Amino acid sequence: MSRGTIRIDVDHCKGCTLCVSACPQEVIVINSEQVNGHGYHPAQLKEEEKHCTGCGICALFCPDACISVYREPMLHPAKEVGVWHGN
Amino acid sequence: MARQLMKGNVAIAEAALRAGLEAYFGYPITPQTELLEYLAQRMPELGRVFLQAESEIAAINMVYGAACAGARTMTSSSGPGMSLMQEGLSYIAGSDIPAVVVDVMRGGPGLGNIQPSQSDYFQVTRSAGHGDYHPIVLAPGSVQEAVDLTVLAFDLADHYRHLVILAADGLIGQMMEPCELPPMRPLPSSKPDYALTGAKDRPARRIASLYLKPEDGEAHNRKIQARLAQIRESEQRSVEHFTEDADFLVIGYGSAGRIAYSAVEAARAQGLRAGLFRPISLYPFPDIRLSQLLAQVEGCLVVEMNAGQMLEDVRLAAGHDLPVAFYGRMGGMVPTTEDVLSALKSAYSEFVAESAPVVGKVKG
Amino acid sequence: MSPIPMVPPAMEPVYQHPLALADVHTTYCPGCTHGIAHRLIAEAIDELGLRERAILVAPVGCAVFSYEYFNMDGCEAPHGRAPAMATGIKRCQPDQIVMTYQGDGDLASIGIGEAIHAASRAEPITIIFVNNAIYGMTGGQMAPTTLAGQKTTSSPAGRAIPIPGQPLHISELLAGLPGSAYVVRRSLHDAANIRKAKKAIVTALKVQMAGLGFSLVELLSSCPTNWGMTPPQALDWIKTNMLPIYPVGDYKIVEAAKQL
Repeated sequence: MSRGTIRIDVDHCKGCTLCVSACPQEVIVINSEQVNGHGYHPAQLKEEEKHCTGCGICALFCPDACISVYREPMLHPAKEVGVWHGN
Repeated sequence: MARQLMKGNVAIAEAALRAGLEAYFGYPITPQTELLEYLAQRMPELGRVFLQAESEIAAINMVYGAACAGARTMTSSSGPGMSLMQEGLSYIAGSDIPAVVVDVMRGGPGLGNIQPSQSDYFQVTRSAGHGDYHPIVLAPGSVQEAVDLTVLAFDLADHYRHLVILAADGLIGQMMEPCELPPMRPLPSSKPDYALTGAKDRPARRIASLYLKPEDGEAHNRKIQARLAQIRESEQRSVEHFTEDADFLVIGYGSAGRIAYSAVEAARAQGLRAGLFRPISLYPFPDIRLSQLLAQVEGCLVVEMNAGQMLEDVRLAAGHDLPVAFYGRMGGMVPTTEDVLSALKSAYSEFVAESAPVVGKVKG
Repeated sequence: MSPIPMVPPAMEPVYQHPLALADVHTTYCPGCTHGIAHRLIAEAIDELGLRERAILVAPVGCAVFSYEYFNMDGCEAPHGRAPAMATGIKRCQPDQIVMTYQGDGDLASIGIGEAIHAASRAEPITIIFVNNAIYGMTGGQMAPTTLAGQKTTSSPAGRAIPIPGQPLHISELLAGLPGSAYVVRRSLHDAANIRKAKKAIVTALKVQMAGLGFSLVELLSSCPTNWGMTPPQALDWIKTNMLPIYPVGDYKIVEAAKQL
C-alpha cells in the first residue's frame, strides 16, 4: 500500500467531520483539545499516519478546501482520483 | 446639422445611440414603446447590444449587468415599469455604477392609462427604490431638450457614476417636433476601472451593494450623500422667462411648464407682471435660482400634471412667508392654457398687492 | 492559510487548494455542501484555465457572498435576477465566461422567470443551481423544492402537498426548452457523486466555451443547520429522501455537447 499523507489548514477547518466519516482508513479525528481562531475544533490526522494512503477522499468532501493531499510516487501512476492538483 | 421632424421617443433613442449607448434592454409599455422599437432596428445595425427582456424587472437587471461590464447602458419605460424596476434601481444605486433610465410618464396610479402625466415625480426624485438615494432627474419640455438631456444624462451618469433618470411624459414621447441631433460619438475605447471584464493581469474586481457591517454600510452611504451634495451644488438647471420685472412666478416643468409658458404670455398681454420658472433638473431641484426669484415676487403658482408633488419642493424653497398656489390635473388629463391662465389670474389678484386692474375677476 | 507543516520529501502533492478559490473563511455553516460546490467550480475553472475570463454572478441567499469566495471578477444580483444580470454581462462581453451561482429559493422561487427566459434565449451562460430543499440564509423556510411532508419553519406541520405546491423539478423544466444545450442534475452526497458533479461542471463550462447555448448543473445539496442534522447525517438524508424525488441524470445534452 503506497504511503500518503494530508495536511489540514486548521485555521479554516470548521470541524464539520465530513472528512472524519469519509476517510476509508478512519485515520482522521477531531482534535477536541485544540480550538482554532473561529472557535472550531479542527480535524487532524491520527498520530500513526502510516495508514493514510493519500486517496484524497477527505479532500473531496472538505467544504472549506482545508485538506492538501500528498502521496509517495508509486511505480505505476495512480488511477486518476478525480482530485487533481488545482492548477 | 439639419433639423429633422422626429417623434420624442425616437429622438431620445437616436440621441442615446449618438451619446455612445452600447447596450439597451427594455420592455414594451405605452407611451414609450417607439423608443424600444427604434433601437430594435438601430442597435443591431451598429453592432451594439439590444434585447427585449421578459419583464421590466429582468430589463433593469440586464442593465445592472451591462453597467457592471462597464458598458454605457440604458432602459426605458413608463410608471408601471418604473415601479417594477425599483429594486434593480436600488442595487445600481448601491453599487455606485452609472446607468440611464427614461421614464415616459403616464396616468396613474395602478394601470392608469396611457395619457401623459407627471405623477411619477416623487417616485423618481425621492429615491431609487429603497434606501437613501436620489437619482439625477432631468425633465425635457420639448423634443430638442429631450435630445440634449439624453446626451447630458449619459455624461452625468459616467461623471458621477450615478443613476440618471430622464423624466419625460407621454406628450414629450409621442409628439413630433423638429430637432437637431448631436454628432455620432465613437464608443469608448477602454472600460472604466471598476468594470468586470475578467481578472486578467490584475486582482479580481467585485461589484455589489452589500455591506454586512453597519459601519461599512454607513461609510458607503456617507460617500453617496457627499456626492449628492456636490450634485446639488453644481448640477441644478432651469429655464426662465419674463422674470426680470415679475412680481408673480409660475413654476412648472416638462409639458406642464410648456403650457404654463403660454398662460404667462397671455397674462403678460393682459398687463400682469408674471414670470415663468421651468426646472430642467428635478433632482437636484433648482432651489438656488428659484429662491432668488421667489424673493422678488409676492406669490407663485405651481402647475403640474399630478396632485401636487413638485409643489412640496417649491414650498421648501419658498419658506412660509410666500403664498404658493397650485393648479394640477391628474389621471392623464392635460391642463389647457385657459385653465392655467384663470388659475394664474385668481392667484395673482389674491397675492399681488396693488395688482393691475384685471378684466373680469374669475374665481379659479 | 497558516504555513503547512513540513511534508516528508518523498511525498508528492496530489491535491491542493484550487487557485480560483479565494483563501478566505466563508460564512457557510460547518459541513454545508455549498463549500463542496464552490471547490468543484474552482477546480473546473483552474483546469479549463478560465480564471482570467470568468465572471460570477452571486444570488441572494446563503451564497450571497460567493462573489468574494473566488479569485475571479464577481458581482451580486437582486434575489432571483442573476440570470438577467448575467445576460447583460455576457451580451456585452461574449468572449468572457459568465456563470451564476444560485440556490433553490433564488432560482426556483422568485427567479424562475429569469431562469426560464435565459434558457429560452439559449443565453450562453452557465448556472450552478444548488438545491437543498430549503431557504437557508433566512433560517429554514419552505422552498418550492421542499419535499412533501418536510418540516420547515414555514411548513411546521410538514409541507402539505398540494396546498403550497409540489416540489419543483427545475432540471426537467429547463431541459424542455429548445435553448437549453446542457441541463443535468447531480448530487453531492457521496464521493462518486461528487466526482460526477465535478465532471458535469467542467462539461457545462465547455458548453459555454463552445457557444452551444444555455447550460445548468443542478446539485442536490445539504443544509445541516436548518435540517437539524449533523453534516454526515445530512448527506445521508439527501440520499434517502431527495434522490428518489430528484433523480440525478442528464436531462438535456445536445449532440454537439456529447463530444465535449
